[in-house]
Amino acid sequence: MNWDPIILTFQLASVTTFLLFFIALPLSYWLAHTQNKCKPFIETLVSMPLVLPPTVLGFYFLIAFSPSNAFGNWLNEYLGIKLVFSFSGLVIASILYSLPFMVHPIQSGLANLPSSLREASLLLVKSKTTTLMKVLLPNCKASLLTGIVLSFAHTIGEFGVVLMIGGNIPGQTKVASIAIYDEVEALNYSSANWYALILFVSTFLILLFVYLQNGGFLKKHRE
Amino acid sequence: MIEANLSKILETNNHRLEIDLTLQIPTGSFYSLYGPSGAGKTSTLRLLAGLLQPDHGLIRFHDDVWFDSNKKYSKNSAHRNIGYVFQEGGLFPNMTVFENLEFALTNKKDNKQLHELIGLMRLETLCDRKPNTLSGGQKQRVALARALVQKPKLLLLDEPLAALDNASRMELQDCLIQTHNTLKTTTLLVSHNKEEILKLSDHVLVMDDGKIRRQGSPEIIFKENTPQKNMELQGKILKIEPKGTLFLVTVNIQGNTLEICAQKHEIDTLKVGDEILIGIQDFNPFLRSTPK
Repeated sequence: MNWDPIILTFQLASVTTFLLFFIALPLSYWLAHTQNKCKPFIETLVSMPLVLPPTVLGFYFLIAFSPSNAFGNWLNEYLGIKLVFSFSGLVIASILYSLPFMVHPIQSGLANLPSSLREASLLLVKSKTTTLMKVLLPNCKASLLTGIVLSFAHTIGEFGVVLMIGGNIPGQTKVASIAIYDEVEALNYSSANWYALILFVSTFLILLFVYLQNGGFLKKHRE
Repeated sequence: MIEANLSKILETNNHRLEIDLTLQIPTGSFYSLYGPSGAGKTSTLRLLAGLLQPDHGLIRFHDDVWFDSNKKYSKNSAHRNIGYVFQEGGLFPNMTVFENLEFALTNKKDNKQLHELIGLMRLETLCDRKPNTLSGGQKQRVALARALVQKPKLLLLDEPLAALDNASRMELQDCLIQTHNTLKTTTLLVSHNKEEILKLSDHVLVMDDGKIRRQGSPEIIFKENTPQKNMELQGKILKIEPKGTLFLVTVNIQGNTLEICAQKHEIDTLKVGDEILIGIQDFNPFLRSTPK
């Protein structure tokens, strides 16, 4: 069995989750506390990947990043960045596609904290960044863990977006979910089964860890 | 002197409250806001702190303007130098008591005054504990200390004693008196409790429906409302002992034990454990069961 698709899958999931965490933090903080009239529009945009077929998002990425179009051409000509059929393109598409899985738990964790925590910190002349990092985030660790793990697990399971934007280039864009499809197409059920089993077990263990941790089952002394 | 003349319309699902008030609080004084729930007391505190923006008005601390609707100016709440104690404390659960206090320091090296405050508020033994291991009274003592770390110009207390039992309430009241006498911080307390206001405040503002209806010294304001001929206290019978022709009834009233002489006909229907009313009606004391 070729391990490259498995390695690439976990690389993609790790990079996506890492970058997404830092993008989602300020966005979640803003969504949790703002009274801005634009909030419903931004929330809708963030939630779109939950309901949209992945191929729709993949299709628009393909159009936008294609060197035959203005934006893709500009990226290629002036910045030397080629996003179509590349690992970088996969990362950007995965970040947008997994956005709600990171933003929603963190936003809800921050919104559920008593407002007195944030107000007390701001009245003590602490900046919004200090308040977020020192007061708010340490008190919603369960939400952070949920966001990180769901985003990681969801990226592992991507298929449509990855296929549209990345294609099927071995070692570059051929992740495990696409390798399964490929092997089934080639009637190579044994390899497909191994890829599927690895994905099944790894995502099961990741999600089980979240439920055990957030349910308090991993604490030494349960009440 | 803090001067405020402000208005704000607050709308919730089924209630509309129009706050419209003028207040002047002299430097170093202890003022209280008294009134029924929903009168706008907490909102007034939040307006002064800058946690809520008034629709119109002016807030000024001496010559320092905090809010001026004509100039569309609002000083950031962080720069008003206000100490604020929330009803539920607002302590940071992830930090120990000491870390909560240290967080309030503007310069961490300048911790001499922090240790003075810990001594003044008798927090030495609590420093290493997390807030969730403290009693309600201890939490509020820490919250009060944290609010005082930056030596605020104005201390706003939003019913900090409301959720406490009687003993903790008394202890924190004494703590508030001691710190106010020592630090002379201008203080505004929101409270429902007349005894508390009488014990702590120089001046009380009686609020109802978003307006200040009356104000003055607590003794004068509350004296008008105190019934002179009739009074009732509720308690629980701990013991009934015969003493000659009378009976000695030991009653627990809010943690205090009281012994009352009663006649046989008064205790005929009473037994140990019963909730009773002890009252004075037209200058005559009486005991009776509480209505079921």
